[in-house]
Formats: sequence, structure tokens, C-alpha cells
Amino acid sequence: MLEDKDRIFTNLYGFGDRSLKGARARGNWDGTKAIIDKGRDWIIAEMKASGLRGRGGAGFPTGLKWSFMPKTVDPKRPHYLVINADESEPGTCKDREIMRNDPHTLVEGALIASFAMGAHACYIYVRGEYIQERERLEAAVDEAYEARLIGKDNIHGWPFDLYVHHGAGAYICGEETAMLESLEGKKGMPRMKPPFPAGMGLYGSPTTVNNVESIAVAPTILRRGASWFTSFGAPNNFGTKVFCVSGHVNKPCNVEEAMSIPFRELIDKHCGGVRGGWDNLLAVIPGGASVRLVPAAEIIDCPMDFDSLAKLKSGLGTAAAIVMDKSTDIIRAIARLSYFYKHESCGQCTPCREGAGWMWRVMERMVQGRAQKREIDMLLDVTKQVEGHTICALGDAAAWPIQGLIAHFRPEIERRIDQYAANPASEPLRAAAE
Amino acid sequence: MGYGADSSRFSENKRAVEDKFIGPLVKTSMNRCIQCTRCVRFVTEVAGVPELGAIGRGEDMEITSYLEHALTSELQGNVVDLCPVGALTSKPTAFHARPWEYLKTESVDVMDALGSAIRIDSRGREIVRILPRVNDAINEEWISDKTRHIVDGLKTQRLDRPYVRVDGSLRPASWAEAFAAVAGKVKATSPSRIGAIVGDLATVEEMFALKALFANLGSPNIDCRQDGSKLHPKFGRASYLFNSTIAGVDQADAILVIGSNPRHEAPVLNARIRKRWLGGGVLTGLVGEMADLTFKYNYLGAAPESLAAFADHPPANKTKPMFILGAGAFARPDGEAVLSLAAKAALSLGVVKDGWNGFNVLHSAASRVGGLDLGLVPGERGLDAPTMAKANAIDMLVNLGADEIDIEPGAFVVYIGTHGDRGAHRADVILPGAAYSEKTGIYVNTEGRPQFAERAVFPPGDAREDWSILRALSDPIGARLPFDSLTQLRSALAAAYPFLVRFDAVAPADAGVFGQLAALGGAIDKAPFVAAVADFYLTNPIARASRVMAECSALGRGVQREAAE
Repeated sequence: MLEDKDRIFTNLYGFGDRSLKGARARGNWDGTKAIIDKGRDWIIAEMKASGLRGRGGAGFPTGLKWSFMPKTVDPKRPHYLVINADESEPGTCKDREIMRNDPHTLVEGALIASFAMGAHACYIYVRGEYIQERERLEAAVDEAYEARLIGKDNIHGWPFDLYVHHGAGAYICGEETAMLESLEGKKGMPRMKPPFPAGMGLYGSPTTVNNVESIAVAPTILRRGASWFTSFGAPNNFGTKVFCVSGHVNKPCNVEEAMSIPFRELIDKHCGGVRGGWDNLLAVIPGGASVRLVPAAEIIDCPMDFDSLAKLKSGLGTAAAIVMDKSTDIIRAIARLSYFYKHESCGQCTPCREGAGWMWRVMERMVQGRAQKREIDMLLDVTKQVEGHTICALGDAAAWPIQGLIAHFRPEIERRIDQYAANPASEPLRAAAE
Repeated sequence: MGYGADSSRFSENKRAVEDKFIGPLVKTSMNRCIQCTRCVRFVTEVAGVPELGAIGRGEDMEITSYLEHALTSELQGNVVDLCPVGALTSKPTAFHARPWEYLKTESVDVMDALGSAIRIDSRGREIVRILPRVNDAINEEWISDKTRHIVDGLKTQRLDRPYVRVDGSLRPASWAEAFAAVAGKVKATSPSRIGAIVGDLATVEEMFALKALFANLGSPNIDCRQDGSKLHPKFGRASYLFNSTIAGVDQADAILVIGSNPRHEAPVLNARIRKRWLGGGVLTGLVGEMADLTFKYNYLGAAPESLAAFADHPPANKTKPMFILGAGAFARPDGEAVLSLAAKAALSLGVVKDGWNGFNVLHSAASRVGGLDLGLVPGERGLDAPTMAKANAIDMLVNLGADEIDIEPGAFVVYIGTHGDRGAHRADVILPGAAYSEKTGIYVNTEGRPQFAERAVFPPGDAREDWSILRALSDPIGARLPFDSLTQLRSALAAAYPFLVRFDAVAPADAGVFGQLAALGGAIDKAPFVAAVADFYLTNPIARASRVMAECSALGRGVQREAAE
């Protein structure tokens, strides 16, 4: 179990003072000048050495991503850092706690990361529904400006402006290129890649898009050293991570833990165990809505990290574990996720635009059992045809929960179909959401 | 089964989308729409009016002109060609017949002076639709709405038999009667009291025939400039051409539009200027009527005196600057002075220099350059068009399709034309001619590029090709023309004007004329420039006969639709 002295977000629950004064007392903004004085190359090397993998879901090494930015800045094409605070993934609520209660970790991280990639401007794209989070973040930014920690002429000697941009609540704007489109004032539709944002991003300039958590942990890593960070977690999955546990546990919570913590330990120590005991566990979606679910038997002793969960054909994603006990109508739960993807598909690529709606409609019938068994294979086939055929990963994300459901709970679907066939005129199940 | 399943596996209810009203030209069947957004991109990027967009998200996305307004673009018809699924179809011509039933004729557009490449689709004796052909030198792949949707105008208000005015009203007559009436008048009139005005849609052949006829009659009163333009072949060919060529717009790094509204005078050219502007690195300016040209420009003033500032200007710091002078800039009493001033400014700014001639006249009449090339301007002591139109200025007037000029009472008017429009109403004898789709002919576009237009259908009723009317008329009036077939006419034309039969090529005009032109001087007027085209949709008799164009024009003037169908 991670000790309190090793936690990066020491005010995650908002018990302390979130203002600049409180943040300083907790060690934020300590020696920032010294870090910046060590230079760009040192920072990137240290980030690479720390093995920090992006906390937004894909798990791309953060230091490597920073190193993709051009070494010299073309005066016509200034570099930009864009921080993805459009946290809309169902089950995920780590960034909101950071912005709400520990905003200065993010502001400091933004300065250091911008310096490391030669950017003088940074945009934080805050999710539309996050009103209070934006207000607190803006308050923190104002404090930092006032204390000349950031700004054109700040004490760190790196002219730097931080803009908080408020989105309009579209899930797709959490995709990095759609976010850039949205920032530019266009419709939030993902761009084709390549060119990647590091070559041609915001306003056609080199841009790096990072998750809030990836940026917020950077100052502490640099202060305490890469070796400290690598002392947690399994190789290739180093560090600490904020886990968001929701669903059928006794005490749902956000908690910062070491990576690779076994699922059982995570739940028992921090969440008071699964509702009704471990025998009552049905399945877990370990990384936010976009990954495949994992049945109880496989997840219980699995380390919660990128590689171990990938072996289970799932993923760590945003580390938002959605725990479901045996009272869950698992088909209906996945159908609700299908509705979410159908609703949030931007409509740019045909497979996702049409497929998400199709999958949702079939899933709705499966919930009632009003389907043919052959349609299960057809549904699986449709998910395979959506997966990987779209510009962004939303098509994949719409397909994976259903694939996970069919892989692990096919008997349940068939049972439901049989039940309906045996008594088709029974009281209809209450329709799933909308 | 190598190509997959033979039936759809999609058993869910299909999505249905309500059809939208987006104007009188484009019909929507939105169930077919696959949200490719090509139409949105065309309207936003090429046409430059961001009036079409997608609302909703995911499978609920719908293409619409927000709040179901009609589009205001003059190029909106092109979205029909762009649409890959037929969600956007041509409202006036949809479902007339199957496309493979059409006879397809390659032709040239005469609605403006660009000479856009078109394909006329006809079925039997009826023209069904007009589509663009690709011609990168002129229209790329676009045509304007007027070019495309003029079709119904070719079928209504047509003159299909000769008429003679008897006791104040026009009475149907035979060709012989009509010719007799004309011959009687010609014989009773001195040649110097006979005149001719040529309209905007005439081919080179009929203008050549008319010129020969008037030469035989011995009359100097002939003019192809019904708008009163002061452009004249005596100033040299370069003074009235779009010298840089239309494709030259792509290379220009400074564009000054003078006395013109290219969006109305040549929408396709305007889209090209916009394309150049979007490319960046170009300075744009306007002297004349302020208008939404779909690109941003520096407004330099309304009157010619704003141009005077450039007369002794040091050369612009640009490699390929360009003037685009509208026909309206010269159709004013001080037209010659404006021309001289523009030449002076062009020389001082470096618009005309070695290796680059950016002095561009944008005509609005398809026949104008051909007419000027043939020298259809008043001869020695001849009268020009506005003078001939004055009351009792002459005794007899041959009007070859000139409908944009009001001919005052007095003269005996012989109208050779296609539509019962302004010219026919004033006529004493009407000789029904052929519209541009009904005759083969040469048109010279604003660049000086001769192009050959094919015949798609035959003229209605007793109407005849205009050159043959002039040839037939030449016998009874005793001024026999020396050709009996179109081939003979063209041979004579080729001998006299060899450059007019080198089709599709632009012969560069001698830029040496600008020096003399600049020295001409003259007093310029304080009156502001007026663009040549007031209502884009109603510029010629064919357009005025078209119901579709009338509807567009009404929408353009802001007349509210009674109800959205």
C-alpha cells in the first residue's frame, strides 16, 4: 500500500487548503526554478527515465511524447501545450478531483511541460460539465499569475501564458485532434493522422496534447527523481496512479495508489470490499467504459496496470474500475454504454456513425431477449467491422464493451433469448435508458 | 459469394431524415445523405458563403441551410454535381428522364463573358439540363446557376415565326412578307439613316454577316456596344481583353477590382479569385460599388478619382499585380478617360510590364470581344448605339438581339432575336432567330479565346439561324452577301480574321498600346462606378423568360416566400 509520504496528490480529497498558500505548504512550486534551470533536455530525459505512461488512457510514454516536439522553434509556428481536461469517460473522475482540490499541481506541471517542449502558451480544455472545476482552476491560475509564477514576466524566466478553455460537453472533444479542432473554433471532429499534432497541431503548429494527470505528476517526479517514481509498480508500468473505483463496492472512492496493485488489494484496502463479498463479484470494467469487461475470476488477482490488463484483452484505460456484482443486468449495463457511444459519435466516419446506432439497437433487443441467437454472431461481426475502421478510437471504444460482453457472457445472452422465446408475451422489461 | 452477402443484414428500422428547403435550385432527398459534407465544404470554401452546414451529431447529423433559408450563392447548383448519392438534385430538372436518354452536346456558355465549358443535355427537341465540362483554363469544373438553370428560359416566350407590325400591333407573317416589309423600308431610306445594334449573345458568324451586310448597304452606323461602352478596337486589342488570362488569376499576387462586381458579372471567376485569396499572399482591393465578394478586400473608394492616386505611383512591390476592370467602368460618358487613367495606373504600378500583362477587362456580354475583334463599331461619321437609340436619330434600325437598350420612338426596327422581350416589343418586323443552344457558332470570351459551340437542338417553329436570316434578307434589300453556307461564311471569316478560328487558344495581345492609351488623358467624372450587372439572374432575354431565374431573383431581392412548399 502506498504510504502517504509517497502520494503526489496530497489534497485529493479537498481536506486541506487548495489555495496557493496551501499548495506551497504541501510542496508545490518548490524549486520549480531549479528544475527549469536544469534545462529542457534534462527534463525530457528524466521524464523518459521515470517511465511515466500517459494517464489519459492510451498509456503512451509521456517523456517520449514530449521529445517528439521539434527541438528548435520556428518563429512562425509557435509550440503549444494543450492539456486534456475533457474528462468524459464514464466512471472516470480523477482529473476533476485534481482540478478541484489540487489545481496547483496542474498549473506547475503546465509550466514545466511547456518549458520542456518550448511552448510559451498552454491551453487547458475543461469539460463542459465541469463548472466548479473550471472556476477553481481559474482561481488557481489567477493566483499563479498574481504571484508571478506564470505570465509574460515571471520569476521562472520562461514567458508563459496559461489559458483555461471551457468546452461544451462533447465526449469526442476528449480525442486529441478533435480537441484541437474545437479549440480552433470548429466542429469537434477528429483529424486524420498523420500529420500528428507534434508536427501540425493547434493552428497548424507543433502541439502536444497531454492528460491532466500526466502533467500534474510531472513536477513531483522531477523534484523527487525518476528513481523514486520507478520504485512503484511493475516494470514498464511504473509510478503511482489515481484509481477511480465506482459501482458495487462498499465505499466507492478515488485513491492514489501504486501501479500494479492487485485488484483485490485495491478494493479491500480502500473501498471496503465488494458489496456482498468477493463471491458476489460478477465482472469489472477496469479502465473506464471504453475497454472490455473482465469477469470476476480473471480480475480478482490481476495487477492493475497497462500490461497485465492488456493480457486479459482489456486495458487500464483511465484506471476507472467499474465494479459490478451479481445483481447487475450485465447486458443492460453494456447496452447503456452502447447508447452512450451512439449518442457521442461525432458522425464523421460512417462505420462509427451508423454502426454505433446499429449496435445500440441490437443491444436493446438483447436486453429483452427479443433477438435470434445468430444475431449474437452478427453483432460481434458488426463490432469487428467498426473496430479499427474509423479516424479516432471512438469506433473501437464502442465496439470493445460489446466484444467483452459476448466473449464472457454469451450464455447469459442466450439464456435471455430463450427466456423471451418461451414467454414472448410476458411483461416487457422496463426499457433501458431512453 | 466472393463479394459478400447478397442481402442486407440490417433489420432495424432505418433512420429517416426530413427533406430540407435550401432554395429554388437544389432539391433535397435527405434520406439518401451519407453526411460526406462535400456540399458543406463546397459552399463554404469554393462559393464562400457559409450557409450550409451540419447540425446534430453522430447518426442524428443532418445537412441543412440553417433555419431553412435559401442559399444565396450564385454557384449553388454545383452541389448537385458534387453530391455522391443524389441527396441533392436539381430541382428544376430532376425526374424528367433517364440520363442515358439524353443527347449530350458540348457547347459554350453565353450567360457571361467567360465562355464556360458546358454540356447541353437534350431529349428530342427539348433541352433538359445544362452541366459543366471541365476546362481548367476557364471554369475549372464549376458553372454559375444562371448558366445551369437557364434551361426553361429557352422554352418560353420564344419567337417562332416572323411578325410584322400592322396598324400598331404585331401580326404573324410569313418570311416573304416580313422580308418585303424590310426591303420596302430599306429602299425608302438613305443608307446613312440605317443602323444596326448587336446584342450580347450573338455569335461571331452572324456579326460578321451583319458587318458585311452593312458594308454592302454602305452604312457606317453599326455598334456592338449596346451598353454604351467606350472600349474601341482602335486602342488595340490589349485594351479590351482579360490579358492575364483567367488562369493567370492563380498567379497574381495583387488583385485590384475596378468598377466591377465579379460575383455577379462572372461568379466562376469570382470563385477563382477567392481561391487565390484563400491561398494567401495576395493583396486585394476594390474601387467601385461595395459588395460582398466572398473574399476580403481593401476598399479604396467608389469613383474613378480613387484610381487617380495610382496614376503616378511608384511600381508596386509585387511581381504579378492585376487589374480587373468591369465592363461598367467604361460604359459611362467618361469611359475613354477612365480607360486612359487605368492604363496609366497599370503602367506606373507595374501591372503591365515585360513578361506580365495584368490589365484585365472583365466583359459581361458573351459577344462583346468577338464584336470588337470584328470591328463592329461606328465607321466614319457613324453613330454609336446610344445615339442610334435616341428618338428619330435614324430611320431604320436592325436590332440583332439587343434587348438591354431602350430604343426610343422614331426608327423602323427590325428585330432579329429569340425571345419576346424588350427588343421584340419595340420591333416593327420580327425575324425569329436561334438561341445559343440552337446554332453552331464561335464565341470569343473575355480573354480573347475563340471557342466553338455545337448545336444541341433546332430552333423552334419557323425560326432560323441568324446568319441565314441575314443572308436571306440581303437579296431583297439588294445587298447580296457572298456566302451561301455556313462553311463559306467561315472560310471568309477565317481569311479576314485568322485568329478567330484558332479555337481554344489565346493569342496574346500587343501590350505596347498602353503607352498611347495612357497619353490619351481626358477628364474623369466624379460619378461613382456602377457595376455592369444589377440583377445577376436577369441579365439577358433568355434569363428573363425563365421562371427559375425569376424565382432566384425574387429571393435575391429579399421577397419572402409565401410558404415553404
